[in-house]
Amino acid sequence: MLTESVAVAFTILFTIATSLPLGRYMARVFQGERTFLDPLLLPLERLVLRLTGVDPAESQDWKHYARSLLVSNVVMWLCTFAVVSLQKWLPLNPDGIGNLEPTLAFNTVSSFTTNTNLQHYSGETGLSYLSQMFAITFLQFVTAATGIAACVAIIRGLGGDRQSQLGNFYVDVTRATVRLLLPLAIVVGALLVWQGTPMTFEDAAKATTLEGTEQVIARGVVAAEVAIKQLGTNGGGYFGPNSSHPYENPTPLSNLVQTWSIAVIPMAMIWTLGAMLRRQRLAVVLFATMLAIYLPMVGFAVAREAAGNPVIARLGADQSTGSMEGKEVRFGAGLSALWGVTTTVTSNGSVNSMHDSWTPLGGLMPLVGMWLNNIFGGVGVGFVNMLVFIVVAVFVAGMMIGRTPEFLGKKVEAKEMKLASLALLWHPLAILVPTAIACHVWATTPDPETALGWLENPGPHGFTEMLYEWSSAAANNGSGFEGLGDNTPFWNIGTGLAMLFSRYIPILAPLALAGFLARKPTAPETAGSLRADSATFGFTLWAVVVVLGLLMFLPVAVLGPIAEHLALGSF
Amino acid sequence: MLNEVRKGIRFTAVTMLLLGGGYPLVSWGIAQLLFPAQAEGSLIRNRSGHVVGSRLIAQAFTRPEFFHPRPSGVDYNAASTGGTNYGPSNPDHLKAVGERLDARARLEGVSPAQVPSELVTASGAGLDPHIPPAAAALQAPRVAQARGVPLERVQALVRAHTEPPTFGFLGRERVNVLELNLALEEL
Repeated sequence: MLTESVAVAFTILFTIATSLPLGRYMARVFQGERTFLDPLLLPLERLVLRLTGVDPAESQDWKHYARSLLVSNVVMWLCTFAVVSLQKWLPLNPDGIGNLEPTLAFNTVSSFTTNTNLQHYSGETGLSYLSQMFAITFLQFVTAATGIAACVAIIRGLGGDRQSQLGNFYVDVTRATVRLLLPLAIVVGALLVWQGTPMTFEDAAKATTLEGTEQVIARGVVAAEVAIKQLGTNGGGYFGPNSSHPYENPTPLSNLVQTWSIAVIPMAMIWTLGAMLRRQRLAVVLFATMLAIYLPMVGFAVAREAAGNPVIARLGADQSTGSMEGKEVRFGAGLSALWGVTTTVTSNGSVNSMHDSWTPLGGLMPLVGMWLNNIFGGVGVGFVNMLVFIVVAVFVAGMMIGRTPEFLGKKVEAKEMKLASLALLWHPLAILVPTAIACHVWATTPDPETALGWLENPGPHGFTEMLYEWSSAAANNGSGFEGLGDNTPFWNIGTGLAMLFSRYIPILAPLALAGFLARKPTAPETAGSLRADSATFGFTLWAVVVVLGLLMFLPVAVLGPIAEHLALGSF
Repeated sequence: MLNEVRKGIRFTAVTMLLLGGGYPLVSWGIAQLLFPAQAEGSLIRNRSGHVVGSRLIAQAFTRPEFFHPRPSGVDYNAASTGGTNYGPSNPDHLKAVGERLDARARLEGVSPAQVPSELVTASGAGLDPHIPPAAAALQAPRVAQARGVPLERVQALVRAHTEPPTFGFLGRERVNVLELNLALEEL
């Protein structure tokens, strides 16, 4: 247990430490300053922009920026939909995999276009090598870059003074792809192959085991896909069980590399914000506020998983290493719990253990991560989600001290509050209403176990499986309580729509908000202004996030994980 | 608007080629150049060159003369992998764990309290290649007896195949079951 705690602490500290220089590098990239990688990557950036037909000097206002974002995403959706729907007849399909059925294709393409990576197919049997590369890996880059671009534009809006231009979407998205994600992914991918992740175009290997049976071992172009799935907070794995599969995540070292890859860009984004706005103190306050939610969640999850399942303890097995159902020996309970919390607060959604098999209260932490969805958050969109809470916190604080709410010297008025409220309320709405509908369908269907066959587990845990699925879709996370039989038209279409709305509403509303703020004059800060870069504001923000972000979910938490915990008869 | 659509199409075409085609090819090239064995899946071949498995992928062992891996939710099917996804309160799950525990305690001739939970719970992908040293120590007497070799030799083999945590603290101490069994065959 002690070494596991050391490993958890080391992983977090290492990631935080490296996020600082990366954040500074990202700020330089997005402000068009020179970086040490320019000789290698600048020509590639110019080439992509020239072939796209973009004038890098052209700057867009928020409406134009949003239009470019939406149109490009629609085109990507259509192209990748064609790839997965026609893969049977396309090349690079050595295992002869068929086309995705239309509702599954809708779900899969929506999932990857929205950076969610909820997977209702299983990689090794559902997609050809071509689809894995030209649909999945491609989208894992550009959708991550889309989130980063939106975030950068919003940061520019916050720093603007009577201006309407937020930058150029295609320039930002190209820079995020070519100068940030691509070099990192190549390095991370090479490290993973070194540790044992396959990278081959050969078909599945056939082995004759020592006991003389045949074993078919699926492999493929795994390492490249795993690298970008983590760096882009995508999370969609090459194989069904994701990074718990020994090929995707072969060693504790590959686990460190991947845990780092999940969190480092979301963390660095905060330092990028500090550098671009020239407000390092604000970045420190935001970072500390997020840590003050993240660290207790990690500690609690590690403790619950290390404590094990009380029923298995009563059966008499030696459970001194914690709850190991659905976990891998090489990681143990501690690093599995750290991963589970990190992957859900950041909207990544890759797993190195089966969350469905976690202890009830341990499994509550991934849910909390997705309900908040702004603790570091997905690449780019994490801060965008937090901005909504910042605006609300500013409003609440302003009301309490009887002043006009303002953030970074800009007045927050009715129009901004309306947009923030829209984004804030959409999230619980997109989780709770569909969960209620799913429960209603389940409850009113005669003999649902055979008629619907959704739930692997009975009782409160079955409820949590449905709740988790909608939380994952709405948070654009992509992890699952995978016991849910989710490859049905109901879940494919339902979560597909939830992912699309929950991607674009929380990006477009804050983008508009930033556009409005950018046009306002920046008032000089006086002794009477509400300072956002103070510990007091950090604490206020922390309280607003916890109270507003979680209170709405307390009833479902009680119905699911907490009820199951009590039923297990532990303390 | 038409101009927007044109840019969207051109951007998609360019990046799809670059990221869907170029990037995996570059990664593949690096992998094949630097780490060809890992890139093909860390396959293990016997003397006649036939693949007997992958050092990273668990395979089924049921005979008494072999060390047994952790239970698998997919019966060690490495072409369609997964966990059981049983929740901690699932009666089917708890029944299965109880049955495995009884069977294991009986097979090794020990009390259930000596059976590490890893041997009665299924792993995440159903292909966990490792067991903890305690689970190997538990099986050593049975393996030694079935093979008619001294217990000390089997225990020494287990010790030799015990991997420590990386850097002394990262990950858990573990034994690779397939490699251990291959070494047993060489005894």
